[in-house]
Amino acid sequence: MSAVLKAEHVLRRLGGEVPVTLVDDVSLEIGRGEFVCIMGPSGSGKSSLLYLLGLLDVPSAGRILLDGEDTSSYGEDELANRRLAKLGFVFQFHFLLAEFTVLENVLLPMRRLGRLDEAAATTRARELLERLGVADQAAKRPSQLSGGQRQRIAIARALANDPLVVLADEPTGNLDSAAAANVREILHGLTHELGKTVVAVTHDPAFAAAADRRIGLVDGRLRTSEAAA
Amino acid sequence: MSIALDVALTHLTSRKRQTFVSLTGVVLGVAFFLAVSSLMRGSEKDFIKRLVDNSPHITVSDEYRTAAVQPAELRWPDGAVAIAHVKPQNETRGIRGYRDKLAYIETLPGVRVAPFLVGSALLTFAGRLQAVTLTGVVPAQMKGVTTIEEKMVEGSLDALAANPNGVIVGRALADRFGLRLGSTLSVVAPSGGNRQMKVVGIFRTGNANYDLEQTYALLKRAQSLLDRPNRANRFIIQLDDPYGARDLALALEARLGYKAVSWVEASEDVLSVLLIRNIIMYSVVSAILVVASFGIYNTISTIVMEKTRDIAILKSMGFHARDVRNIFLIEGLIVGLLGSLLGLGLGVGLMRALAAVTVKPPGVTEIVHLPIWWGPEQYAMAAAFALGSCLAAAYLPARKAGRVHPVDILRGAT
Ligand SMILES: Nc1ncnc2c1ncn2[C@@H]1O[C@H](COP(=O)(O)OP(=O)(O)O)[C@@H](O)[C@H]1O
Ligand SMILES: [Mg+2]
Repeated sequence: MSAVLKAEHVLRRLGGEVPVTLVDDVSLEIGRGEFVCIMGPSGSGKSSLLYLLGLLDVPSAGRILLDGEDTSSYGEDELANRRLAKLGFVFQFHFLLAEFTVLENVLLPMRRLGRLDEAAATTRARELLERLGVADQAAKRPSQLSGGQRQRIAIARALANDPLVVLADEPTGNLDSAAAANVREILHGLTHELGKTVVAVTHDPAFAAAADRRIGLVDGRLRTSEAAA
Repeated sequence: MSIALDVALTHLTSRKRQTFVSLTGVVLGVAFFLAVSSLMRGSEKDFIKRLVDNSPHITVSDEYRTAAVQPAELRWPDGAVAIAHVKPQNETRGIRGYRDKLAYIETLPGVRVAPFLVGSALLTFAGRLQAVTLTGVVPAQMKGVTTIEEKMVEGSLDALAANPNGVIVGRALADRFGLRLGSTLSVVAPSGGNRQMKVVGIFRTGNANYDLEQTYALLKRAQSLLDRPNRANRFIIQLDDPYGARDLALALEARLGYKAVSWVEASEDVLSVLLIRNIIMYSVVSAILVVASFGIYNTISTIVMEKTRDIAILKSMGFHARDVRNIFLIEGLIVGLLGSLLGLGLGVGLMRALAAVTVKPPGVTEIVHLPIWWGPEQYAMAAAFALGSCLAAAYLPARKAGRVHPVDILRGAT
């Protein structure tokens, strides 16, 4: 399995009076089509690592390779272009734009990328909503939906530009158990049915159990035994 | 439709009241800008028109701008020439060879010119005395360069042309002396000449001094009375294009050698006052727009603060800082454009209303309208200034929005 995402001795340190090390010398490889969970106690640096892997943040040392490309020399705009075309994000909060309809929210990344024309993009957005079981909500505003529905729309948005990797930060952290199970199954399905790579931070043991691999994090360092996580 | 425009519109419509308030600021700013500018510029044009209509465009007089230089000084400009006990030549006053010069000016296109001989005289009538300015004129030519014809209340310039012994006096003098058309008064020149002349016209300009002390006679008669045969000491020139006066005056002065003063030069003080007035006026009306732009700054700043999460998610999705900045600049642009448009509408409405206002200046019988200038450049100025200040007001919050770091917001939210 070729590595779609690779971290080499990644360090993330915040300066200031008391320097804080968020991520400490992390090296890992994530293969294409893998479903990987990052686990660890609160404050262990899971989100920080996910931001680095998702090119939202840049390492203080070490480098991140996305799809074989070294991103360490990239500027803000180049990183943004990679995020737009190759990555999708799902956060604990849905972060949908309140003034746009569900469909428009899903269309946003496609419109920005501009690879599809308006009609093709709309068709694709509808297909994604269909796939996630929220096609009938397309014309609604996010505020009219339940938490589980919103999260599914956020997933649809993350998938809009057909990314290589979907990165999720506690995607079920805010959902009741039924909705959480549903989202978990969807993310699981992404890898198995669509061949997407999913990297998810989670506290949910059931979620972790479904993963191909678990990465343990403590105080920003990888736990030596991944299996223990 | 671009995403930036889309998002910008949802932002503005999601804060309708605040958007409305800042829009109103711009609308009022633009409208006041136009109303004040059109009134001030209108009154300025009106004033200049009166100035141009009522004053000679160019006056050539028998004076030199600088004293004559001694030939020796011209010959050795750098030499240590000292000339003592010079007795200046006694010239007969007046424009030398005035007929030729007049004929030359008459050949210029778009030009009307009349010769005058201005001197002093003493009028006596029924034992009363009045010192006056006696001006010798050629009625036919004078008509082309002054508005005196319109100011005649009795008699006419033509009557003067027909009567070599005629004289035209002002209303004030006529009242003081009790003169009527046909009255005969005696005119005494400083040189001793004395003549009985008949009143053939009475004028009234409204200028009290002028109406008392200005008196007209035929040029020929004035020349003989004042003992300056074949002389004129002033040309008054009117132009079809008054704004060419400055250049023509310079050219005439260079050619004729006599001082030629354009109305522009003669009213330099007034014109510079008008310029300063315009600067003050435009500063004040622009200040209204600057104040209005604070409203826009406030609105857009609020939106940026309120929408940081949206900004963070857009940036995490792959939007560039520039994309985000554009959203908020477009918001400023929309308010500016809409504000200018509505403001122009309201402004034109205000201008119409002002133009309909009539005033009756004291002592004047006719009712006058407020002078309103409809010049197109003020619309462009108002709109450009409104747009500029809206964009400037939007720039700071837009830049701040562009700099939002998604990680900072995502961390705060989780
Ligand atoms: N801006 C910051 N300044 C100081 N400490 C921070 C900052 N951001 C995160 N941290 C700290 O870094 C550690 C890692 O945070 P995070 O990656 O969010 O952990 P996790 O997602 O595993 O809970 C935590 O101890 C957190 O308190
Ligand atoms: Mg976290």
